[in-house]
Amino acid sequence: MSERHKGRLKVYLGYAAGVGKTYRMLEEAQELKRQGVDIVIGYFEPHGRKETIAMTEGLECVPRRVIRYNNATFEEMDTDAILRRRPALALVDEFAHTNVPGSERVKRWQDVHALLDAGIDVIATMNVQHLESLNDQVWHVTGVRVRETVPDWVIDDADEVVLVDLTPQALRNRLERGVVYASEKAQKAMDNFFTETNLSALREMAMRHTAHEVEEKLAAAPTAAAVEASPAASDHQPRADQAPQAKERILICLTGNPSSAVLIRRGKRVADYLQADCLAIHVAGPGEDRGAIERHLSFARNLRIETHVVEEPEVPRAIADFARQQRITQIFMGRSAPRPWYRSVRETVVQEVVRHSREMQVTIVASRRR
Amino acid sequence: MADRTDRRPDPEELLRRVQAGERRERRGRLKVFLGYAPRVGKSFRMFDEGRRRKQRGQDVVIGALQGNLTPELETITADLEVIPPVRERYAGREWDVINLADIFRRHPWTCLIDGLAFDNPPGSRNPHRWQDVEELLERGIAVITAVNLQHIQEKQDAVERITGKRAANSVPEEFLLEADEIEVVDAPTEALIGRAHDVSMPDPRQLAELREMALLLAADVVERQLRDYLDDHGIAVRWGAQERILVCLTARSNARAMLESGHRNALRFHGALLAAYVEHSRLDAADQRRLDSNLDLARQLGADVHCLHNDDFVDAILDFAREQRVTQVFLGHTGRERRWWEARSAVDRLIDAAEDFDVRLFPHREG
Repeated sequence: MSERHKGRLKVYLGYAAGVGKTYRMLEEAQELKRQGVDIVIGYFEPHGRKETIAMTEGLECVPRRVIRYNNATFEEMDTDAILRRRPALALVDEFAHTNVPGSERVKRWQDVHALLDAGIDVIATMNVQHLESLNDQVWHVTGVRVRETVPDWVIDDADEVVLVDLTPQALRNRLERGVVYASEKAQKAMDNFFTETNLSALREMAMRHTAHEVEEKLAAAPTAAAVEASPAASDHQPRADQAPQAKERILICLTGNPSSAVLIRRGKRVADYLQADCLAIHVAGPGEDRGAIERHLSFARNLRIETHVVEEPEVPRAIADFARQQRITQIFMGRSAPRPWYRSVRETVVQEVVRHSREMQVTIVASRRR
Repeated sequence: MADRTDRRPDPEELLRRVQAGERRERRGRLKVFLGYAPRVGKSFRMFDEGRRRKQRGQDVVIGALQGNLTPELETITADLEVIPPVRERYAGREWDVINLADIFRRHPWTCLIDGLAFDNPPGSRNPHRWQDVEELLERGIAVITAVNLQHIQEKQDAVERITGKRAANSVPEEFLLEADEIEVVDAPTEALIGRAHDVSMPDPRQLAELREMALLLAADVVERQLRDYLDDHGIAVRWGAQERILVCLTARSNARAMLESGHRNALRFHGALLAAYVEHSRLDAADQRRLDSNLDLARQLGADVHCLHNDDFVDAILDFAREQRVTQVFLGHTGRERRWWEARSAVDRLIDAAEDFDVRLFPHREG
């Protein structure tokens, strides 16, 4: 938890539309309101669901801001109005939403940060497939490339992440009854995205990710009980095993190749789970796609990866030297492009890096086609 | 041609699946709400579901309630018919035993059973309440029930290590795995602490550890059910939400470093650790001894060890990795320099063919 906000953020995490995230958020809000907490609805997406809409009764709602863009009108959360209103707690649906161009901030989670910085507590809702680190895995499972993503650190920084669980069978029943979508849309959804397989896989990801968040927060906040060297080494607790191991440092080798995005996400995910430092390097050379490289570097920085650019004619050696100098324990690379037969006698970049970095672990990340 | 015998799902596993499938046809559906500690609200979720089902016209009754109802539970159960448990006195204690005979006679569509882990007094038809539930299911009655992590038999050692306490009564994990649906009732730990005024409540840290454990248990159940579903429907997939690490061992590999790292990674990801070696007959006695000791170490670290039969090392690993939905393969690099005529070593070929998993190369020997 690197960034401290004044307000507290709680996220209800689900795995699909209709599992009941918004309902749970509103249920909690009603309870808090009874206790006298000053609450407003900052953004609420009713989706025409009767039971959910009924739960908003008696809750004050800050009207949305209307924005004109490309001759159409869009409605976004009115962050300034909420800041002026200054409630103790604001409810914000669809945390991963991208604002329409022309809005003050690009992402809704950035709006939420503005509220938190002003000392307003926020309860938000989100589905697990919007997490940046799961983007490739979600695509692999469902065939859907989720465009609206949230960097993992944003969720790691939340004070509390709570899983909203519902079995896929129950969710599909809801769809059939027309609770989630209007009926013609429901059948399409059932046949495409909301298959039993997709839902189960996404649900498992949501469970594992919530467990990961609980563990992260445990590790970040050691208490007196932990300092007491309690033998908390239960069968699922890696902390005791981890103790004597020096901290791992992971280096991701970036290029202008589109597959670098997969590489960045994968390297960062492994680093997060191993609680390792994560760096990225690009070895600049002539005739490369500057734009693509800049995009990858900035993508890496958005995920809080420390980026470096070095200029060296010999790429593999430059990577190995940098890695050694930075005490890297593991290098992450993409696969080298296939070579024509007449060049196949020469080493690939991967082979050369491996040869130059024999004392380090080198991970070659798969492209994971569908 | 590769000998695939030891890579098919084992016959017992197949039998289990077939039997489970047949039983499921006749049986009532079982849904379990899993909580990580008392007061997370699993009884509420269970009765709430019962209430909703009744509103939709389903025939729902309550077969077991726990002691003093909170006002919330009072409200939510108000419209539900109750078939009261039989109160029995035994050894100076009062026991509530599900009234199976009355429930059978009434034969509702769905029966709600709270306190799944309760025991029955000696001399009862079944020693445990979960066995009563089995009987309801066998009679074709659907059951919704609720249980806490500390009552899952296979998790009790781990729970005791966290809290220092062990629940007297338990339900086998298999019961959970056989359920048609399992739903986790998650709640922030702080909510429980605020609500509980008794000293028996674990501290925040312990609660967080229990919570993580319950979430991972549920994920494992979902994973297994998903696998069964895919197998039953003949769908081959190469992905999984769980990290699965395969350490490839040879007589010459730096096994300790690879296995220890694999073990640590598997723990961190809450994933699976597999180890495999490709059998070939040309090992001399010294190499065979080294290989055996590497395999012993793998087993000690909890790896699932497999022997692969294939003349080609790369094909053997590729097939096995795909079938096991492996996400990371750990390999040792060859110790010697590549020679010019060896355009592609086995490692290179494996990297080229690895579409679904990462390949992590380890230094040949330390130092």
